[in-house]
Amino acid sequence: MDAKRAKRVDYSKFGYFFILPFFVTFFVFSFIPLVDTIRYSFFEYYRSGLKEVGPNFVGLGNYIALLKSDLLRYAGNTFTLWMLGFVPQIIISLVLAAWFTDARLKIHGEQFFKVVIYLPNLIMASAFAMLFFTMFSNSGPVNSILMDMGFAKKPIDFMGTVGGTRALVGLMNFLMWFGNTAIMLMAAIMGISPDLFEAASLDGCTHTQIFFKITLPLIRPILSYTLITSMIGGLQMFDVPQILTNGQGSPDRTSYTLIMFLNSHLKASNYGMAGALSVYLFIVSAILCFIVYRMLNDDGEKKSKRSKKKEAR
Amino acid sequence: MKEHKPINVRSIVAHTVLIILAFLCLFFFYILIINSTRSHAELQKGFSALPSTHFLENFMSVANDGTFPMLRGILNSLIVSSCCAAICTYFSALTAYGLYVYQFKLRNAAFTFIMMILVMPTQVTAMGFLRLITKMGMYDTLLPMIIPSIASPAVFYFMYSYLQSSLPLALVEAARIDGSGEFRTFNSIVLPIMKPAIAVQAIFVFVGSWNNYFIPALVLQSKNKMTVPILIATLRGADYMNFNMGKVYMMITVAIVPIIIIYLFLSKFIIAGVALGGVKE
Repeated sequence: MDAKRAKRVDYSKFGYFFILPFFVTFFVFSFIPLVDTIRYSFFEYYRSGLKEVGPNFVGLGNYIALLKSDLLRYAGNTFTLWMLGFVPQIIISLVLAAWFTDARLKIHGEQFFKVVIYLPNLIMASAFAMLFFTMFSNSGPVNSILMDMGFAKKPIDFMGTVGGTRALVGLMNFLMWFGNTAIMLMAAIMGISPDLFEAASLDGCTHTQIFFKITLPLIRPILSYTLITSMIGGLQMFDVPQILTNGQGSPDRTSYTLIMFLNSHLKASNYGMAGALSVYLFIVSAILCFIVYRMLNDDGEKKSKRSKKKEAR
Repeated sequence: MKEHKPINVRSIVAHTVLIILAFLCLFFFYILIINSTRSHAELQKGFSALPSTHFLENFMSVANDGTFPMLRGILNSLIVSSCCAAICTYFSALTAYGLYVYQFKLRNAAFTFIMMILVMPTQVTAMGFLRLITKMGMYDTLLPMIIPSIASPAVFYFMYSYLQSSLPLALVEAARIDGSGEFRTFNSIVLPIMKPAIAVQAIFVFVGSWNNYFIPALVLQSKNKMTVPILIATLRGADYMNFNMGKVYMMITVAIVPIIIIYLFLSKFIIAGVALGGVKE
């Protein structure tokens, strides 16, 4: 026993070699940049023309300047665009997951539908946005179809209106993510013991009752996980509105997102402001990250408790 | 008869909704492919649901265009995505194995740390990253897109869960008794066991990297280094109305279709992977 333990201690040091590449890479390419970003967020440091101004220490100057600029408006835009995609996404995904897992409702061509609804998730977001831009332009195919069918007399200027642009971004995000969410929720529902559903229907529950009283409460953990990860994804929204509006967030910056704002500061070598904006984003994502961490941890603990209970029985 | 009726109505509703959604998903790609076979003049006339005969012509004009080196872009994207898929999965497996098998002192701290940064967006460090790689002389090269993928917390987490479910520690013990070195055990015994997990993650990393736009847009400058998403963005920024529309559609097709082809072959496998891993970027 003693000899064995001595041996294990001996081997355990190898663990450091195995995890070394990960941590060195993380340290160099994420940690140093993070520290650098935070440091410059306290400096006046930008380029105007060919001249570099700064770095001069300004304390919280950049943070205050950002709050006074349109930061909150862009945060609002990001939130609106995210909600426009997320709300239909979660509703449709839930309904689809319930249908696919309902034994009595035989869906024909289940595999085909799964393949098709997941497809948009793999498509390059920038190319997808470019495609929407050409399709929904005034002389594009969508307008010509609408006019041929008599739904519109003259071309609809989708990207000239606030609602139109936002709806297009929402539609793209919805199309790209509902399949992914549906498949994940489906896996979660299939993890529920079939006995529960059987017992409920023997007791005379309707489909609606089963859905709201059994399915929904039992998949709540994965639903909240989906919500938080989707929020993190929404916070990073960039490709779709950037390409669709050519980086302008037009009309009148109503679809301008936080990361588009960051991108334009970075492109202009506006390091101080970019730094402060990054720190704001970092704080929000750190909170969301922590929630995800707690969820996965709680889940793990529950699982081990459950298996212990099973053993005890 | 009465009992069957409500089920039938539900079934009809379900199938109708599914067909509408499937139509929505496929409609845009259908128009894209059709339009990439039509000439500029035909496209100006309005929409037609039937393909035309200009596919090859459009493709050649995309291939021969010097201002948008699309084929070069595809090559660059292929290099970046394949390298990312290879090193990201290898090093994630390595890290997962290190944390799963060895009970060293900082093990729990290291694991907790990775879990804390599991879903941290890369954008928040983009500014420091840009300055760092400029200092390191990697600005306008493909390396900044590849090397950081060694540290991918989400892929690590998938690999770790996989090891938990499928690597018996007795096997590692047995290899030691047979005199196998620690790294040899990993490379010749553990890696083959992890093949399914590596394959799934390799696909997701490849696709993610192929579609990545934010970081390359900051880092790449010269035309012959650009990856596909940057070329698409350049196309959007260009003076668009003077373009041959058939060519524009063809460029989008060229950017999207490689992934669709991969997907058609591997769809079953990919969907099983989505259901398996809740964690995906």
